[in-house]
Amino acid sequence: MKDHMNHDAYPDNYIRGILNSVKSIAMVGASPVNVRPSYFAFKYLMQRGYDMIPVNPGHVGKELLGKPFVASLSDIGRPVDMIDIFRNSSHIMPVVEEALTLDPLPKVIWMQLGARDDKAAAKAESVGIKVVMNRCPKIEYGRLSSEISWMGVNSRTLSAKRAPAPTQGMRLSLNRMSVGGGDTAASDRAAKNKSEQS
Amino acid sequence: MSDRLPGFSTLAVHAGAQPDPTTGARATPIYQTTSFVFNDADHAASLFGLQAFGNIYTRIGNPTNAVLEERVAALEGGTAALAVASGHAAQVVVLQQLLQPGDEFIAARKLYGGSINQFTHAFKSFGWNVVWADPDDIASFERAVTPRTKAIFIESIANPAGSITDIEAISTVARKAGVPLIVDNTLASPYLIRPIDHGADIVVHSLTKFLGGHGNSLGGIIVDAGTFDWSTGGKYPMLSEPRPEYHGIRLQETFGNFAFAIACRVLGLRDLGPALSPFNAFMILTGIETLPLRMQKHCDNAKAVAEYLAGHPAVASVSYAGLPSDKYNQLARKYAPKGAGAVFTFSLKGGYDAGVSLVSKLQLFSHLANVGDTRSLVIHPASTTHSQLDDAAKIKSGAGPDVVRISVGIEDKEDLIADLEQALGA
Repeated sequence: MKDHMNHDAYPDNYIRGILNSVKSIAMVGASPVNVRPSYFAFKYLMQRGYDMIPVNPGHVGKELLGKPFVASLSDIGRPVDMIDIFRNSSHIMPVVEEALTLDPLPKVIWMQLGARDDKAAAKAESVGIKVVMNRCPKIEYGRLSSEISWMGVNSRTLSAKRAPAPTQGMRLSLNRMSVGGGDTAASDRAAKNKSEQS
Repeated sequence: MSDRLPGFSTLAVHAGAQPDPTTGARATPIYQTTSFVFNDADHAASLFGLQAFGNIYTRIGNPTNAVLEERVAALEGGTAALAVASGHAAQVVVLQQLLQPGDEFIAARKLYGGSINQFTHAFKSFGWNVVWADPDDIASFERAVTPRTKAIFIESIANPAGSITDIEAISTVARKAGVPLIVDNTLASPYLIRPIDHGADIVVHSLTKFLGGHGNSLGGIIVDAGTFDWSTGGKYPMLSEPRPEYHGIRLQETFGNFAFAIACRVLGLRDLGPALSPFNAFMILTGIETLPLRMQKHCDNAKAVAEYLAGHPAVASVSYAGLPSDKYNQLARKYAPKGAGAVFTFSLKGGYDAGVSLVSKLQLFSHLANVGDTRSLVIHPASTTHSQLDDAAKIKSGAGPDVVRISVGIEDKEDLIADLEQALGA
C-alpha cells in the first residue's frame, strides 16, 4: 500500500495518471435525461474516447448514446477499469461493496462532485483501488487538458511547455505538462464547511 | 514541484497562458474572430447545450479573452471569471443573475460616481432597488437588510478618497443575511487586496484601471469565488432553477463552484451583449504581466506625494489611508500592507477656485476622468465624475467642492512633487 491519499487535495499527477490509464468507465446513476449532469459527463467522456457503460436499474432496456443500460455492476459481464458513482454520499457504500465483489477488481473508484464517503474509500483503498471523491471527471479532464480554460475557469495549472497538437478535432491533450497554478482556497474551504455540516 | 503554489508575480505572467499548441506562439495570440467552426453537427449541439467546453461566438467567449479571465481568476483566488466590455458592464451582468424586479441590493455610499449613477438611475428602471449604507458604520448594513435583499456591494479601496473598507466585517453581515458579498476591487487590484481571502463571494473590476494599467483599453471582469451556495430556498433562480434558455439545465448542479461565472456568461453576456474586444483583452493581459511592479511603484509614489501635500501650507487636508494620521490607516495596515493604493483626495484652503487653478497649472498631471494609468492624473470630482450628485451626496461620498482627486502614476516622484510645487505655489 502506498501512503494514505489526502482526499482534500489530490495532486494533479494522481488525477492525470488515472484519466490517462483507464479505458473503460462504468457510470453508476447515469441518466438518459440530456440536461442532467451525469448525461453531460457521460457524453463528454465518451467523446474523449472512453469505453462508457451506463449503470442504472431504472433504465434497463434503454440506451444512453447507443450504449445499453445495465442494472448493476455485476451485470456488466466484463472487466471495467473505473467505476464513476453519480449518487449521493449516503448511497456510496453499497456501490463500493458491490464493486469489491468484481473479478478482476476495478482499478479506480471515483465519486462524483459533492459525493464523499471516507469509510467506503478506505475499504476500496485497502485492496489497492485508487479512489477519487468529490470531483467530476469531466471537469478534471477539462482542467488538466486546459480545455476548461476556454470557459474562463481557473485550471490551477501553469505551463511554459508546448502541449502536443490537438487531435480528434476539439480535443486538447491530457498529456500536457504543467505545474500547480492559482489556488482556489476560499472555495475549497466553503465546500469543506458545507460537507461537514451535512 | 507540482504541488508547490506559485507566487503572485509568477501568476501575473503565466496564469491562463501557455504556448499555442499548434503554432508554438509564446505571447497570447489575438483571436480577432467573431465565430469558430464546429467539427460536426453533434459538436455544435454539444457546445450550444453547454455539454462541451469550446468556442462558438465571441459574444459568449473568445480564446484571447479566456486567457485574461483565467489569469484574473488565479490572481484573485477565484474559481473562474468572465471578461466584459467595461466595469459598468460587469456590474449589470452580475446583478442580472442575482436580482428580479422589485428586489433590493445594499451598496456602500462611498463608491465611484459612475456606479452611484448606474445604481440610482439606470438600475431603477430594471426594478433593482439600491439601498445605501455607510461603510464607516457596519451596523448601517445590518439595518438595511430586508427579505428582498439579494446582495451587498462595496469597493475595497473606495473612490474617490481612497478610504479602506472593512471587508471582513461586511462579509459577516452578508453571510448572516444569506446574500453574496460583491467587492469592486478596481482601486486595489489583487496585488494589494484579495477580497476573496476576506470573505467576498464575487469580485468585479474595471480592467481599464490598474490591471490594464496603461490607459489604453476599456474592460471589465467578474470573478466567481466559488464560495456561495446558490441552491438554498430558490432565492437565486438564475442559478438554482431549470433554465428555459438551456432546455431546463440547473446551472449550480451542473457547474458546481464556478456556476456563477457560467451564469454570467451564458445568461448575462450572451443575452445582454457587452462583449470585450479580443484586442483589448490582449492589451490588458500585457499590462497585467507587470502589475506587481507597477502597483508597488504607484503606491510608493502616492505615499511620497501624500506626505508632501500633507506638509504644504496651501493644503487643508489629505485623505490617504497610507498616512499614519489618516482615519483609515489601521484598516490599510490590515488589508493593504504593501500600500494603500494610488488614488486619493486632498482639499485646498482656497476652496473651489484654488482647485480649478491647481488643475489648470499642473504640467505632468493630466486633467481627465480616469484613474490607474501609468501617467499621473488629476480631476475635480465635484464638477466631473460626481457632478450629477446633489451637494449633500457629493460631501457624503467624499467629493465636496474643495476636493481634488489625484491618481499617482509611475513617473519619478521628484518630478511629480515639483509639478505640484509649482502649481500650488504660484
